[in-house]
Amino acid sequence: MRAQLAGLLLLALTCTASAQSTVPQGDVDALPVEAAPAETVVAGLSSDSVAITASFDGSDILIYGAIKRETPIPDGPPLQVIVTVEAPSSGVTVWRKERKAGIWINSEAVRIGAAPGFYAVATSAALGDILLPEWDSRYRISLSHAMRAFAGQIAVESAVPFTEALIRIRENEGLYRLDEGSVSLIDQTLFRADVSLPANLVEGAYKTRIFLLRQGQVIDVFVAPINVRKVGLERWLYRLAFDQPFLYGLMSLGVAVFAGWGASAAFRKLRRP
Amino acid sequence: MQIYLPIAEVSVNAFTLVGLGGLVGLMSGLFGVGGGFLITPLLFFIGIPPAIAVATGANQVVASSVSGVLAHVKRKSVDFRMGGVLLAGGLVGSWLGVWVFTLLQAVGQVDLVVQLCYVVFLGLIGAMMLQESIRALRRSSMPGYRKRLHQHNWVHRWPLKVKFRASGLYISAFPPLMVGLAVGVLAAIMGVGGGFIMVPAMIYLLGMPTKVVVGTSLFQITFVTAFTTLMHAVSYNTVDIMLAVLLIIGGVVGAQFGTTLGARLRAEQLRILLALLVLAVCGKLALDLFLTPDDLYAIQPGIG
Repeated sequence: MRAQLAGLLLLALTCTASAQSTVPQGDVDALPVEAAPAETVVAGLSSDSVAITASFDGSDILIYGAIKRETPIPDGPPLQVIVTVEAPSSGVTVWRKERKAGIWINSEAVRIGAAPGFYAVATSAALGDILLPEWDSRYRISLSHAMRAFAGQIAVESAVPFTEALIRIRENEGLYRLDEGSVSLIDQTLFRADVSLPANLVEGAYKTRIFLLRQGQVIDVFVAPINVRKVGLERWLYRLAFDQPFLYGLMSLGVAVFAGWGASAAFRKLRRP
Repeated sequence: MQIYLPIAEVSVNAFTLVGLGGLVGLMSGLFGVGGGFLITPLLFFIGIPPAIAVATGANQVVASSVSGVLAHVKRKSVDFRMGGVLLAGGLVGSWLGVWVFTLLQAVGQVDLVVQLCYVVFLGLIGAMMLQESIRALRRSSMPGYRKRLHQHNWVHRWPLKVKFRASGLYISAFPPLMVGLAVGVLAAIMGVGGGFIMVPAMIYLLGMPTKVVVGTSLFQITFVTAFTTLMHAVSYNTVDIMLAVLLIIGGVVGAQFGTTLGARLRAEQLRILLALLVLAVCGKLALDLFLTPDDLYAIQPGIG
């Protein structure tokens, strides 16, 4: 009986507290959002580097953080969070095949100056609902903004089908991903996102970005690097192949000749008991 | 068991690679082909970048041909003199082929030319071998038929005659030199050792006995692919030693089984099997050219 009473009391108290907090919010709302960055991101990563070993088959990165604010939680639609992770960009050529004299050949190409090898977008709700297009193009958040700069002249009528094809192919390979609703946000204050990196990673400086959004507008951005590099044997072989290519080539041949001779000798022994 | 390849920068299943190597090694030992025309498309298929597939495929072929050629040396079925002449032609040819390859690349249709080369050559050779070996099989099953040692044709009337004792031939050095050259050119363009062209050329153009052909072809392939591997490693850094080792483990074992199996089968049966295999690969590649592809678009790294 007493416990129930206490519970009721607590409920009443919190109700009044939240009611009070909304009162001064009314006039703050009238101000433009950019004027005062009332809410900022404080975030961390479970690891800021990924080591590629021989048995590497992908890695999960936990991105977590909190929203720091001096004022109470503003009124209106709730806060939203978008987390992106992207690999270094490189140039790619997208070819379109055409049937000529009965056979399919590459006929037209669009060269894209920079497209990330991996790009993941995790959001706390459907991307279209929480991000306005102009803010998307300003911060290059969605997959269609992942690639930049066409290289050289574009000889085709429209480059759109080519860029769409690039996104489609990379999405099918799991290299470009949009995970809507995968960021969990608690009380508009704490958030966490799990981004899994695929096994087919390339080395380089990866970039994590965390966007805070209200009413479709970006109110704060947090950027953190993730360093992806080969370690141990992988690193040694990679360096040798590029620094001492002749030696590396001879080593490859040596391994091949030795293995061939070894198998031949072993089988002769086996056959003659 | 997934394994990350340092140069290819992809993660693949180690057992798949060992199995793939084994399969190609078996072909190598059985038919005296390096298996490049099988391994390269198979590596594309499991997602290895083409340039790395070609270079590493060549390295794998070195291992399986060394393994195979040693087995043949023991059985005295290698004609070293013939192999040397073919090799001399082959090295010059592959140097020429690389030059042609660079030229094609500048024009921008290298993929198509490579694919067309495969279809045309595999188709012609496969059909020729199949027809001939079926005829030979029918003949040998008839009692009382005695085969001539070898047929004399135009190649036997050329100057600079050399005795190839192991092959039982006394012919001019020019035809084998030219065969080596032609195969070297094609091998460099198609990214293979060239055994599948070399073997029928030795049988039908030079008139060498089948038993010697396999060992001699492997002997020549070992050196041509070693040259190719080194060239790729130095100029393009595209040899992935991790990938090569996995393929080699399967390959050398496969090659040994192949040689043992080959010694038990009859030459005509062997040739029918090789002809069917060549035709199957040709058919698959031809379909890719003529059928509407699943995706009209393809991504190629780099903006060259």
